[in-house]
Amino acid sequence: MSADHTAPIPHVSEFKRVYVWELPVRFYHWVNALCILVLTVTGILIAHPPAIASAAEASFGYWFGINRFIHFAFAYLFFFNFAFRIYWGFVGNRFADWRNFFPLRRAQFRQVVDVLRVDILQAQDKPIMAVGHNAVAYFTYFAMFWVFVFQVVSGFAMYASMSTSWFPQLFAWAVPLFGGDYALRAWHYNAMWFFGLFTVVHVYLVFYHDYVEGHGVMSSMVGGWKFLHADVLKGSGKSWFSTKPAPAPKPAPAPRR
Amino acid sequence: MSLASAPSETVPTVYEQIASRGVSRREFLQFCGWMAACIGLDNTASAQIARALETKKRIPVVWMHFQECTCCSESFLRSSHPIVADILLDKISLDYSETLLAASGDQAEKCLHDTITKYKGEYLVLIEGSVPTGAEGAYCCVGGKSAEQILEEVAKDAKAVIAWGNCASSGCVQAAKPNPTGATPIHKLLHGKPLVNVQGCPPIAEVMAGVLVHLLTFDRIPQLDALGRPKAFYSRRVHDTCYRRPNYDAGLFVESFDDENARKGYCLYKMGCRGPTTYNSCGVIRWNGGVSFPIQAGHGCIGCSESNFWDQGPFYQRLASFPGFGIETTADQIGLGLGAATVAGIAAHAVMTNIRKRHDIGEHPGESSDLAPPSAAHEADRPKEDRS
Ligand code: SF4
Repeated sequence: MSADHTAPIPHVSEFKRVYVWELPVRFYHWVNALCILVLTVTGILIAHPPAIASAAEASFGYWFGINRFIHFAFAYLFFFNFAFRIYWGFVGNRFADWRNFFPLRRAQFRQVVDVLRVDILQAQDKPIMAVGHNAVAYFTYFAMFWVFVFQVVSGFAMYASMSTSWFPQLFAWAVPLFGGDYALRAWHYNAMWFFGLFTVVHVYLVFYHDYVEGHGVMSSMVGGWKFLHADVLKGSGKSWFSTKPAPAPKPAPAPRR
Repeated sequence: MSLASAPSETVPTVYEQIASRGVSRREFLQFCGWMAACIGLDNTASAQIARALETKKRIPVVWMHFQECTCCSESFLRSSHPIVADILLDKISLDYSETLLAASGDQAEKCLHDTITKYKGEYLVLIEGSVPTGAEGAYCCVGGKSAEQILEEVAKDAKAVIAWGNCASSGCVQAAKPNPTGATPIHKLLHGKPLVNVQGCPPIAEVMAGVLVHLLTFDRIPQLDALGRPKAFYSRRVHDTCYRRPNYDAGLFVESFDDENARKGYCLYKMGCRGPTTYNSCGVIRWNGGVSFPIQAGHGCIGCSESNFWDQGPFYQRLASFPGFGIETTADQIGLGLGAATVAGIAAHAVMTNIRKRHDIGEHPGESSDLAPPSAAHEADRPKEDRS
């Protein structure tokens, strides 16, 4: 816990393999990533359609219509995937627990300070006691949660008037709230930029953590496993919200071949 | 109250008035059918409308003008159908209207006063223009009273209130930022009265007539959307009824007003057309008796039936300028700026990481694969090799 820059990370033999991200969480992550990618690309195309010179009659083409259709279809997928993740926040393991995302405990804020000092400003070098995400990440995802909510509400609200289905109508109240479709559309578009910026930082930080710490953060979203120092695991026993029994750092199973 | 204010025997029905103006039975029925179609009702409604106009006494109407340009009146008076402007309103019902009244001064004020006292609970108030609330209402006064006072007085015993146009419905240009006079739409000042927002700058004459005929026929205000606009006319976007829509779906867009695509009549989306976010009947009823509408004339919709449309400019650009960043700055420019800043920050951070965290990065003693036992048993069983 010292600011000793020369302290090497703990020895390899002290690494434990920990199952952090359950399959539904990983599934959610990648479906979500796909949805955001598709929604962003189709959304940008809707906002800035390229000039395609065509001599054909309009009735022969429908690419812009199809583009919008993809946007709407993925919007549904995005929403239900998101809803599923919220559900998983109540039944999943303690790393997926919804309470991690809410700023509720002082310990979380202490970790925010730690992360800022260790990872962002790099004024200090010490292991951060985080098995799941660290507190900064959880809070960022919580902020993103609200952007998701906004995109879902604003998107379906605009969609409501061209749909006869009951589902989008549930969101129609957002149009008068913003004074009309145009303002809502503008904010729906502006919020899209959040995802672009988020992705850049998110991907960079995954690289960063994998590079510096060697915990296998990047592959953890594929296989679910992280490789953590024993002392980090000990620290995590004092989880912010340990209603569920912490998975005892079991001996790493024999490597599968 | 209702007894005292019951219209006297001498008040003729709407039809009687129309007939006395020399309109034939055939023309009258044509008008009823046409109105029914406009309001979006089925065939039987035209008989209902005819019966209503034949049996019902005229509704007393007062037409108030506040902060406005009179384009709503103009639109209404220029309706293609003579019954609408000439008869339904001007000759029959209009008891008070600053613009059309022959009387002036005290006489005009008396007209208004008489109507609202004599026909308590029966008269309609049609309002053109917004109400300035700044400077205690000094920006718009008629007969020594502020618009706000007049509104309160006139609306108190009204049967229903119709807000004509964007001014009365959402403040239009005078409520655009910075809204120096504190222009306020009627719905924000008036509570507990049936109120219809007939949006548009101006609204289409047929729409205005349709709302009046609906009130006359069914004795209640039409079904409204969430922004108080009659659903019959404002439930679909201009975009959904636009004849250029196939070009939109095919991705064929006008790129500049003088290009070949404009000549071919492609979609005006990229020229800033607000059709996709504007609810109105322009694509169906069109203007000037169905002659044309802005998009047909080659100009994008500016969204005049939506609130705050003046603040959502420039009109010739799809994306509005970003609030607080000057007129030409769009969300894209801000987003790209933030993106560049983020990438620069990341690059700096990556460099710093390689310097300050150099002791964490790369191979450490004991981490070489050469040193690992060939078939790794449990880590606990590993030989001690801590020689850091
Ligand atoms: S011209 Fe405007 S309203 Fe018509 S299809 Fe294009 S975007 Fe829609």
